[in-house]
Amino acid sequence: MVGTTRRTSLRTVALIGIVIALVVAILLSIGFGSNRLSLASVLHGLFAYDGTADDVVVRDDRLPRTLVGVVVGMALGLAGALMQAVTRNPIAEPGLLGINHGAAFAIVAGSALLSVHDPDQLIWLAFGGALLGTWLVSVIGGAISPIRLVLAGVAVQAVFVGLNQAFQVINTHNLDQMRFWLVGSLVNRDLAGFAGLVPFFVAGMVIAAVLAGPLNVIALGEDTARGLGANPAVTRLAGMVAVGLLSAAATAACGPIAFVGLMTPHLVRLMVGQDERWVLALSALSAPVLLLICDVLGRVLGSPGEIQVGVMMDIVGGIAFVLVVRRLKAVRR
Amino acid sequence: MTTPTPREVGLDRRTIVTVAILAAVTVVLIVLSVGTGDYPMTPADVVRTLAGNGTKAQYLVVTGRLPRVLVAVLVGAALALAGAVFQTLTRNPLGSPDIIGFTTGSATGGIAMILLVGSTPSVVALGALGGGLLTTVVIMALCAPHGLSSSRVVLLGVAVSAVLAGVNSYLLVKASKENAARATVWLVGDLAGRDWHYLVPLAVALAILVPAVLVNGRALRMLEMGDEIATGVGVAVGRVRVLLLVLAVALVAAATAAAGPVPFIALIAPQVARRLTRLPGPNLVASVFVGAALVVAADYLGQRVLSSSLLPVGVVAATLGGVYLVFLLLVGRRRGA
Repeated sequence: MVGTTRRTSLRTVALIGIVIALVVAILLSIGFGSNRLSLASVLHGLFAYDGTADDVVVRDDRLPRTLVGVVVGMALGLAGALMQAVTRNPIAEPGLLGINHGAAFAIVAGSALLSVHDPDQLIWLAFGGALLGTWLVSVIGGAISPIRLVLAGVAVQAVFVGLNQAFQVINTHNLDQMRFWLVGSLVNRDLAGFAGLVPFFVAGMVIAAVLAGPLNVIALGEDTARGLGANPAVTRLAGMVAVGLLSAAATAACGPIAFVGLMTPHLVRLMVGQDERWVLALSALSAPVLLLICDVLGRVLGSPGEIQVGVMMDIVGGIAFVLVVRRLKAVRR
Repeated sequence: MTTPTPREVGLDRRTIVTVAILAAVTVVLIVLSVGTGDYPMTPADVVRTLAGNGTKAQYLVVTGRLPRVLVAVLVGAALALAGAVFQTLTRNPLGSPDIIGFTTGSATGGIAMILLVGSTPSVVALGALGGGLLTTVVIMALCAPHGLSSSRVVLLGVAVSAVLAGVNSYLLVKASKENAARATVWLVGDLAGRDWHYLVPLAVALAILVPAVLVNGRALRMLEMGDEIATGVGVAVGRVRVLLLVLAVALVAAATAAAGPVPFIALIAPQVARRLTRLPGPNLVASVFVGAALVVAADYLGQRVLSSSLLPVGVVAATLGGVYLVFLLLVGRRRGA
C-alpha cells in the first residue's frame, strides 16, 4: 500500500505543479507582447480596472487572446490524450493525423463554394471535415501499426493542404485572410465569434470526462473489457466523436495547430502513470501551458511582429516528436 | 513467393508493352501541351513544326513552350524514380520522399536561397540539393544508434518534416513581400516560365543519377525481400542502402530545384506502375514513365481545366493525390481491412 500512497502524493504534486505553471503561463501571455507590461500592471488591469492605457491593452487585447489560448489548448490536449487512449497508439494526435486540416479544409471550401461566413454555421462544416479526416485516416491507416497510421495522416493532410491551396489560387480575393488563419494563430480572436464554439468545447469535454472510466477498462484488453461489462465499440465511437468535436472547435477558433495533443499526454503519463482519468485531466490542464508558452515565445522571437503559434508548435512539436519516437519500444529494433 | 520467371527480372512482355504505351501517351500529352496557350496550335501543326517544317511564328512558339513541357517530363521521371527507391527501402507503399520529409528539406533549402541570395535557377538548385542532403544527414544521425531501419526513418522523417515546415513558414513571415510571394508560388510547385536554363541542369543531373539507380536495381529488388535474404545473395546491405538513399535524395533535389516541391508524384507513380505491370518489386523503368506522364498530364490539366486562371502543377498533383487516396480506401474496403 506504500506504493499507492506514493503514487497518490506524486499525482497531487503533479496537479499542483501544473496548476501553478498554468497560472504563470497565463500571466506571461498577458504581460508579453510588442508593449511589455510589468506583473503589477497585469494584475492591475485584471483586478483593479480603471481605464488606463495598460488596462485597456490587458482587458481588450491580451485577455481575450489568452482565454482563447487556454480553451483551445485544453481541447487539443484532451483530444490528443483521448485519441491515444482510443486507438491505443502512442503517436495518435489530431494535428498529426490530418484531422485539424480536415476541419480547416471544410471551412475553406465552405466559405469559397457555399459563401458561408457565419461562425455558427462554419463550426458544423468544421465538425464534418474533422469527422471526414478521422474516417479517411483510420480506414487508410488501420489502427494497428503506428507507422502506417502516421503516414496515412500525413498523406490525408497533404491532400487537404493541396486543396486549400487550390481554393486560394482560384479565389485569391476571398481567401486572403484565410492564409493567416491556415497557419494557426491566436491573433484577433474576438470573443463574440468564439462564444458560438463554446457548446462544442463543452460537449467534447463532457464526453471525455464520462469516457475516462471505460477507457481504463478497455486498456485491459478487448475480451477482459467485455467481460467486465464495458462496450469497447461504443466507447471508441464516442471517443472519436469527442475528438471530432474538440478538434473542430479548436480549428474553427485558431486554425489547424499540430502537436499540442501529442506531447502533453506523453509528459503526463511519465508523471502519473496509465490511469486515464488522471491522464485526461492533467493533459487538459497542461496543454494550455504549452500552447501559451509557445505563443509567448513566438511574440518574443518575432518582435516587433510575431511568429504564429502554429509555426512555433511545428518546430517545438517536431523536435518533441523526435524524442517520442526515439523512446518508442515498437519502433526500436 | 512464385518461382522466378523472366517477369521478375522486370523485362517481360507486359512490362515492355506498358512502357511503350506510357511513352506514347507522354508524347501525345507533350504535343497537346505544346499546342496549348494564348496562341493555340493544332497537334498537326505542332508535329510539323517539330519536324522543322513550320512557319517562323510557329517555330518560336514551339521552342518557347517545349522546355517547360520537357522539364515536366524530367521532373516526373526523377520524382517517380526517387519514390520507387524510397518505397522499396522503407518497405512501405506510403514511404515516399514527399511524405517523410526529404522533399520538405529540399524546399527549405530552396526558399532559404530565394530569400537570402536570389531566385536564379542555379542558386535555387544548389539550395534544394543542400537542403535535401542536410535533411538526410540529420535523419540518418537521429537513426544512428539503431542503423537505418525502415520504421524509424519514416517516423523521424515525419517529425523532421514538421520542424522544417515550421521553419519554412517562419522564413516566409520574415521575408519581404515580393520575396515571400515568389517563394510561396515556388513552394506550391509550378512550371510557369521554365526555360532552357532550368532544363539543361536538370537533364545533366538525370543523365548521371538515373543510370546510377538503374545499375543498383537488382540489389534494390533483393532489399525488398528483407535484409537477411539480401545479405544472403551477396548484397552489401548497409552500403547499398545508403548509396540508394543519397541517389534518391539527389533526384528529389534536382526535381524540386526545377519545379518546386511537386507533391504526391513520388507516392503515386510507383504504385500505378506496380498495378500496370502486375509485378512485385520496384518497377523502376515503368515508374519513370508513369511519373513523366503524370506530371505532363497534371501541367496540361492545370492549363486547361479553368478558363479564368492557371492552376500550378503542384495543386493539380495534390488533387490527383486525393483521388489516389480514395482509391486506396476503396481497395482497403474490398479487402475487408
